[in-house]
Amino acid sequence: MVYINNDLCDFCGVCVSVCLPNVIELKESSITILDGCNDCKLCLYVCPYEAVKENEIRV
Amino acid sequence: MKYEYDVIIVGGGPAGTMTALYAASKGVNVLLIDKKRDIGYPVRCAEGVGEAGLKEFFNPDPRWVLSEIDSFRLIPPDLNEVIIKNKEFGYILNRRIFDYMIAEKAAEKGAEILTGTYVNSLITENGSVKGVRAEFFGKRFSIQSKIVIGADGVESRVGRWGGLKTNLPLRDIETCAQITIVSRKIDEHCCDLYFGKEIAPGGYAWVFPRGKNCANVGLGISGQYARQKSPLSYLNKFVEKNFPDSSVLTRIAGGVPCARPMKKIVADGLMLVGDAAHQANPITGGGIVNAMKAGRIAGNVAADAIIEGDISRRRLKEYEIKWNDAVGDLNRRSYNIKKVIHGLTDKSFNKLAEVFSEIPPDRITLREIFIKALQNHPALIIDAMKIFK
Repeated sequence: MVYINNDLCDFCGVCVSVCLPNVIELKESSITILDGCNDCKLCLYVCPYEAVKENEIRV
Repeated sequence: MKYEYDVIIVGGGPAGTMTALYAASKGVNVLLIDKKRDIGYPVRCAEGVGEAGLKEFFNPDPRWVLSEIDSFRLIPPDLNEVIIKNKEFGYILNRRIFDYMIAEKAAEKGAEILTGTYVNSLITENGSVKGVRAEFFGKRFSIQSKIVIGADGVESRVGRWGGLKTNLPLRDIETCAQITIVSRKIDEHCCDLYFGKEIAPGGYAWVFPRGKNCANVGLGISGQYARQKSPLSYLNKFVEKNFPDSSVLTRIAGGVPCARPMKKIVADGLMLVGDAAHQANPITGGGIVNAMKAGRIAGNVAADAIIEGDISRRRLKEYEIKWNDAVGDLNRRSYNIKKVIHGLTDKSFNKLAEVFSEIPPDRITLREIFIKALQNHPALIIDAMKIFK
């Protein structure tokens, strides 16, 4: 699943614009992925600052 | 602040503040809400506007005009640049002051403005939007309204909460990164646009002067290419090559909806304006003037609908019709052209520049350039002729 690194994020909203299930909540200087993310990774692809990352899966 | 208004506008950019100005001017109660603490900050914009479009609304004012632009330099991958000169191209604005100015005018006409307030959801009743739920410094509350207008930018959620499809496919979003720099290499009256797959695939890089020795340097790439490499990576490479020793005053990221016009931008008790309604120019990404035009139409229609007591989609559709007549149809044609321009190869850009580089700058027009670029797509030449009259 994806997560957003708040230290890298510029809170620009590009990820919100492509989020199909509409689960990214963007305030003035905070951003949260709410329940309902379908892990499509569109947000990761479009982030201008590479702030959206993929969680590593540990086996 | 009251808890009931005729119109609630969510978003304080040019679209929202112009909507507030025109609606308030007709005597209806208007509340403008913005999640940011300051109107006009941060500025996610290259700040360029065309002269004709700006002068429809305001006379240029030195308090918020940073540069007067009389030429463009189009730079293809092989750097064989084409210069276009015209006394009346446009301006580079100081958006922090410009946006503030419009908000002040709206407030002077009676609009109430509340910043630092985040809208969490819409209030709906029997399928019609009836207000918003918001929070201000942790305190949650509800505000009723007859009409809610979403001017909440490319990241608009108001539209989706209201059942309007505003999410964008990757091919229709330009994902952008920009810095503001100080450099002696800036031409104060000329905008530079750079093209090429290695510079900005599916988009372009820009250098827009903010007065002497200062400029917005940025680029946008199509979302479909951003998967391979981010705008930030492209921008770092571009700046390292072209402005290696510059000082950086601001860094910002953002997105521009370069999309086909939305079919539905109104619902019962709900309207969308500006980037929230995908009203930016699909070719250039320019959105300030379109946002103001949409705000004027939306503000007037919203006020008239409230005065008549009918806020149904059928009544508010007047805004969709007037928007399409004013700009929407041109945007649809621009979108068709954008698809071709985005697909041009570096070789095509170079060849195009070669054709025009021999012509004196004051005899080249954007119309001629686009007609030449579309010569393999004759059906789109008519679209280009309608856009560039």
